[in-house]
This record gives sequence, structure tokens and C-alpha cells, in this order.
Amino acid sequence: MKTKVAIIGAGIVGASIARVLSKYENLEVHLIEKEADVGWGVSKANTALIHGGYDDDPDKYPMRAKLCIRGNRLWHQWVKELEIPHIWNGALIVALKDEDFDELERLLERGQRNGVPEMRIIDREELFHLEPNVNPNALGALWVPIVGQIGPIPAVIAIVENAVANGVKVHLETEVRGIKVENGEVKGIETNNGFIEADIVINAAGLYADEISKMAGIDYFEIHPRKGEYWIFDEGIPGPNHVLFPTPTPISKGVVVTTEISGHLMIGPNAQDLPKDYKDDTSTTREGLEEVWRKAQEIWPNLPPRWKVIRTFAGLRPEPTGGDFIIKAEEEVQGFINVAGIRSPGLTSAPAIGYEVRDIIERDLGIKLKEKEKWNPYRKEITHFFMLQPTQINELVKKNPAYGRIVCRCNKVSEGDVLEAIERMKFIGVKTPSVDSVKFRTKATSGTCQGSFCKVVIINLLAREYGIPPWKVTLKGKGSEIGIGDVKVLLRGEAQ
Amino acid sequence: MNTLQYDVVVIGGGPAGLAAAVKAKEYGLNVLLLDENEYLGGILPQCIHPGFGIHYFREELTGPEFSHRFVQRVKDLKIDYFVKARVLEIKNYSDLEKIVAFTSPEGAFEVWAKAIIYATGARERHAFEIGIVGDRVAGIYTAGEAQTLMDIYGVMPGKEVVIVGSGDVGLIMARRFALEGAKVKAVIELMPYPGGLARNVMILRDFNIPLYLSHKVVEVRGKKRVEKVKVVKVDENLREIPGTEFWIECDTIIISAGLIPQVKLLTDIGVEIDPATGGPVVNDLLETTVPGIFVAGNSLLINDLVDYVAEQGELAAYGAKLFIENGGIPAEKWIKLEKGNNIRLAVPHYLSGKRDVYIYARVRKPMENVVLNFPEIDRKIRLPVVRPAEMLRIRLRKEEIAKARDKITMEVVQ
Repeated sequence: MKTKVAIIGAGIVGASIARVLSKYENLEVHLIEKEADVGWGVSKANTALIHGGYDDDPDKYPMRAKLCIRGNRLWHQWVKELEIPHIWNGALIVALKDEDFDELERLLERGQRNGVPEMRIIDREELFHLEPNVNPNALGALWVPIVGQIGPIPAVIAIVENAVANGVKVHLETEVRGIKVENGEVKGIETNNGFIEADIVINAAGLYADEISKMAGIDYFEIHPRKGEYWIFDEGIPGPNHVLFPTPTPISKGVVVTTEISGHLMIGPNAQDLPKDYKDDTSTTREGLEEVWRKAQEIWPNLPPRWKVIRTFAGLRPEPTGGDFIIKAEEEVQGFINVAGIRSPGLTSAPAIGYEVRDIIERDLGIKLKEKEKWNPYRKEITHFFMLQPTQINELVKKNPAYGRIVCRCNKVSEGDVLEAIERMKFIGVKTPSVDSVKFRTKATSGTCQGSFCKVVIINLLAREYGIPPWKVTLKGKGSEIGIGDVKVLLRGEAQ
Repeated sequence: MNTLQYDVVVIGGGPAGLAAAVKAKEYGLNVLLLDENEYLGGILPQCIHPGFGIHYFREELTGPEFSHRFVQRVKDLKIDYFVKARVLEIKNYSDLEKIVAFTSPEGAFEVWAKAIIYATGARERHAFEIGIVGDRVAGIYTAGEAQTLMDIYGVMPGKEVVIVGSGDVGLIMARRFALEGAKVKAVIELMPYPGGLARNVMILRDFNIPLYLSHKVVEVRGKKRVEKVKVVKVDENLREIPGTEFWIECDTIIISAGLIPQVKLLTDIGVEIDPATGGPVVNDLLETTVPGIFVAGNSLLINDLVDYVAEQGELAAYGAKLFIENGGIPAEKWIKLEKGNNIRLAVPHYLSGKRDVYIYARVRKPMENVVLNFPEIDRKIRLPVVRPAEMLRIRLRKEEIAKARDKITMEVVQ
């Protein structure tokens, strides 16, 4: 008899847990997600950093302190096994005032306690050697070479694809309505798509983890949304070589200036605490974006003209009561594991959280896990035309001419790339086709023109491959359809 | 690698590229035409309204009709072309040889060419570039994107529409939406005057569409799809006036906030760009600062009329012919066209005095009863009105140009 596991939430945390648990023969793993695709919650919009692990006070936040550095080390292996786009370029925490060095020393000590290797405080001269265009008044920095950057949604997608290849079942557009508990034992989850039986329920529901926990009768914590806003600029605008942080304040790591993995200068986030019921408010605000601009300028004075922006966006971090990750098997409800409040450094910690949950299942739930004889650690990245050499293009085109046709001119994404993305959407069970699903897999629509030429082409490819009319294709799931019908729908008086 | 060889490669199969390819072929040159769409014609096949060809063909055509005439010529003349072909790189091998690397469903190719005519058109400014904040939801389209959806693919984007910007494309889309039964609730224009041609501004009256001049859309809100937009009034310095904000409920926002010449492949090889036009700096044969690369249409400067675009394409073809015949454009003591009072942009930038020239120019602000003055050559043209929305096209004769020593200033005076 296999133990049935239901993981609620297919973000970076739920996906990582699913991947780790897919290694075991005696588990049947279900990954449950309310959105149309994976990674669309907290994982979608953040600073995309693999943090160093010096920032989390081990006395106040022991879970964060332990899992961040462990996650950082695991990512080195995961990005290679799963071919996740990444760069290990290190971070500089910049000191602008003499007093800042006191804080940098505290960070250095904390990093030493947390086991972060290779950190050191560098002087002005070395800082300008590493980062010639940083604020000329900078006095020095804390240099953390182990920091890296990844694509967060590509990472979730890669992990889920690998988990599915290893037998995990994904249930998309499946919203949890209740958790069935009998005699203090979890029995399964009620969803809009029916009942899913489970012996173990893992709550990785991000911003909604408090609500899910409450459904199981456990309500000792709350999750508050904390908004962070970002600017991302057109290609060709010079950004820093490393991830640049200001010296942190007690509330936030501060506004980061970075060249993200696609080569665009990105600045953000600010930190604005929202009321508890604003968990879907990812709107950008002028005040917030202004604040980000101002603060970024303090370490990177040469920001481009405003109209060189290609996108502004906002994300929400799930701030838990107490501030530390809540990762534990709840004693009152046998089989219910909370993985809640996974705020920063959640992306970094995710692989380590996967193993932590595995240990909890063995240690606290007393289930002896048996490794599969054949477990595939590898997943191949989708074809990216922009990474191909001309000879490779010709080989691919011979097999499928679609690889020779560019759909997204800004990021050089071919029709073949898009068709591969659609195949992979279907592989993990995406039922409602959306432009965003293609964007996160291929980078199409995310360049200079923001899809004003290629979105329509992608819509038509999605419509064809999913066998639906183009107006039913969505931007980002149900309710965001591209059109209201064919072009004569209003004249026929048929639109609602 | 597949290698090809041509006299001229024309990049872009819109009106500029079509006219250039046809003319170059008529000159007896060996021409290859490349376009990235599934069909030739560029943006024209989706411009199903009339108003095209009044100057060029002396009759009023729709976009598809205008395009069809040229495409037919391309076919009649048996000009080689690829569709679904995207140029990835131009290499400036030498002053006499260029390499155009492109990819298509037939594979990746390198074309060796003596001259290139670059006619890739423009792209539209999007919502982020004009500083709109709020929710990133469905229902926000650029005008051209909405036009493609409606008139190529037959999709109705929405039913309650706000148009951002009163340029020609926005106004034409206001009419398109109204004709298909949508409610166009407002056209919002930042400037104190409309951005489109007078004949297109008439659309607003014909369809009872409110135009808000000196207003700007600052925020979009909606859960999955646009639900409302926030509009604010601006003063004469385009600064927002506090307390004038109001919301308009709608499900669709059409961004028509201007076009930007697409010149990335040219800037990659160091072609000089004029910040005023966003397009390359050119001489009176529309040759860029890189020998043998000519440019025409909206990648040269944003035009109002397709007729002028075709005219530029033909001139670029003439330039390519001269270039190939002479192994380069003969050296000249070029006369610089300078921008004087109220001239925002003027093309071409350098004149030889060896040939007649059409000057394409735009003013900064509207003025009435003016004189367009070229002081160095003593040429004056009276105009009842000049508007930024309406491009000036002025013919200067070679004899006049030759009167200037090193520059000709173009200015608008009362």
C-alpha cells in the first residue's frame, strides 16, 4: 500500500517537495494548484536570487538560517540536473556611510554562524574593481561570492516536469475547499474538482497557507502579504556585474540592483505591508515605484531614462506571524504538515525545504521511505532558438521547419520553441491555454516590445494546438480571455 | 550554412520594402526580399479602411488593395522572396559587401549582398513605456495588436473601450471598434491638440466619441481583465493637476501612444541614429552612415501616409542602383539640413545639390498663417497651418540646394 500525499500549492516550495518525494516508491504524490499553471503565486514575482544565507538571525529565525545556506548549496546540483537558467555572480552589500560597516560586520558574523563560506568585507578599491559603476561615494562592501540568480518560474516548471516524469500527479485549476480530518487524522482534501484522498497533506499554499491550515483546524499563525515592486529595463542598458544590495535595515534587505539572468537591468523591491485580505493585490503603484527608483539610485546613480523601462511589476511575499518559516508536522492533526510563511529566502531554501519535509515524514510521521530503483534526476531544458548555432538551426529545421520561424523578434523565440512549450504545458496537465504559460517557458512576449507583435501569433498557435477558437485563449488563466468572441459577436447581440 | 548571393537584399516586405524591391528589379538588379510575417504587405493587409494611395496611385484604396498592387508586381517581376524569414544579423563585411544572416522555415541562410535596403517599419510604444501602473491583466492591447486580432484573425477584443492617444492608428481603431458594435468611451490625449490627421479626427465626431485633450491615463485596475482606468488632467507643462482624477469603466484599453522605428539591426553595426526621428541619419539617397545600407519607410522616420513610404522605398532603390553601378556613392561636400524654429525633425540630413529632394519634416507645435523658410537659399513657402500630426513634404530643386554653401536651415516663422 502506498502512502498518499497531497501537496497544496505548486509554487517553488510545493514543487520542490514533490520532486524530493517522487524519489520514494511507497509514496503516491499529488500536487494541487488553484491556478491554470504552476508557479503563478509568490514564485512568479520576486528578486530571483539564490541568497547567501548571512541575513537570517539564527536565534530569531532558526529555520531560515538553517535552510537558506543548505538550499543555496543544493541549487548548485538542481540547476544542472534540471537545466534551469542560472548565474552564480555573487553579491555586494554596499556601505555608503562609516556606520554601515558595523552592520556589515554583524552580517559577516551571522554568516559565519550560519556556515556561509567565502564572505569578506572589502575596501573601496576592491569594490570599484568588482563594480566600477557603483555609487562613487561607496566606502566598501560585504562580498558574498556564493550568491546567484535563477529564473524562478522556469525553475518551478523544470522541477514540476521532473516530478511528473517521476510519477507525481498534478491537479491544476483545483482549489482546496476543505480538509477532511477524522479522529485527529487527515483523510484528504475537498476541492472544486472533487475529493482527493490523502494520508499526508502538505500545506505549501504560500499566501493562503493560513487559510488552508485553518481548514485543518490549526490557526496559530497568520500570513500577511508584503508587496514588493520592480522596474525592469530594455536590453543594452548597462547593469551591475553582481547583485548589489544596500546595507540592510531591520525591516528589509533593501532595494536590489541587478542584471537579471536574461541580461536586463532590474531594480526592486520596496516592502509595503498590506492588509490581510489583499492577497491578490499585485498592482503596481506610483508611490512604490518612485520609492524603488529613489533607493536604487543611492547605489546605482546611472539609472536609464524612465521610458527605457520595458515592464514594471509587483509581487507579494507571505509574511508569517513570528517571521520564521513554519515547517512542521502538526501534532493535533496526524498527517498534516505545514510549510507556511515561506517568505524570503524561500526561493533559495526550497530544495532544502523539500528534504526537510522528507525528514519530517520519516521522523515525525514514522513512515519508512523506500527509494525507487529507477528515479530520473534529469530534465532537459526546452529548445531556445536564441541559444542555437546556425548549424544546429539547420539540423532542427530539417526535422521541423517551425524551428526556423521566429515568432518573438525581441527575444528570438521560434515557433518550434513555442510548440515545444505547448507540448510541455500539456505534459504537466495545463488545461487552459494562456500566453503567460508560453512566456514563462520561452521568454516570448517579454522583450522590448512586450509582445505587441508576437502575442497574436502565440494566441493562434495555442488555439490550434488546444483546438479552441483564438478568443478563448487566455492571458493568464480563466477570466483573462483574449477576446469576447469573433469580430461580429457584438453586432449579432451575442456577447454577455 | 546555406549561402546566397544577390545585388540587393530588401529587409521588410511592407510598403517601403515592396516599392524598393520592385524598383530595384526594374533597374535590372538581382533582388531578394525578406519578410518575417506569413504574408507580404507589412501592416497594410490589416488596414482594411480606405485612404491609401491618393498620391501614389491617384485613387483611394484600402490597405489590402494598396499592398496587393505591389505584391502583384513582385510576383510578375519574379522577384525572389521569403516570408516567415527573420534577419538575425547584418554584417558589414566591407564597403562593397554585406552579409545578411536570416532564418526561415527553409533553414538558416547567409546572403552576400552589394547593398541592403532596410525597411523594417516601426513598433508601437506599450503601456509600461508611458508609465501606466496598476494591474497587468487581460484587455490591454496596442492599437496595431488589436487591429491584427480583429482584421487578420477575426477576434473581438472587448466591448467597452478606452483609447490612449489620438494618433492615426488610435483614431482608426476607435472607428473599427464602433463599427463592430463596441462602445468607445473615450480617447485620451496627453497633448492639447489631437495627434492624428484631420480626416481621422473627424471620426470622433462621426461616432460621437469623447476626446479628452490634455489628459492622461495613469492607472489600470482589474482582477483578471481590465475593469477601469484612472485619468488625470495635465497642465500646459504636461504636469498632472491634483484633484482632477476620475475613473472610466471599461474592459479594453488600446494604447496608441506613438511608433518607434525599429533599428536594432542597424545600431548593432554602428549606424548613426538621429534622436529626433529615432531612425538613421541619411543622405539624399537615403543611405545611412554605413556605406551601402539604405533605409526607407517607418524605420527611417514615422510617416503619415503610405504613399510617402513607397516613395522612400523607390528612392532607396535608386540609391542602391547608383551605389552598385559606381562601387559606392560618389563623395560630395554634403550640405547639412539644419532644424530651425519649430522644426522637430527633418529628413534627409545631408543634401548633395546633385539631385532634387523631398524633405520630410514635422513641427514641434501647431501654428497658423506661417512661412516655411529656408533662409540660405531664399526659399519661402506660405502655409495656412502647420501641425505636429501632419508631416511636411517639401520639394527642393537641385539648383536651389546648390546655392547653399554648407547648410540649409528649415524654420517656421510667422
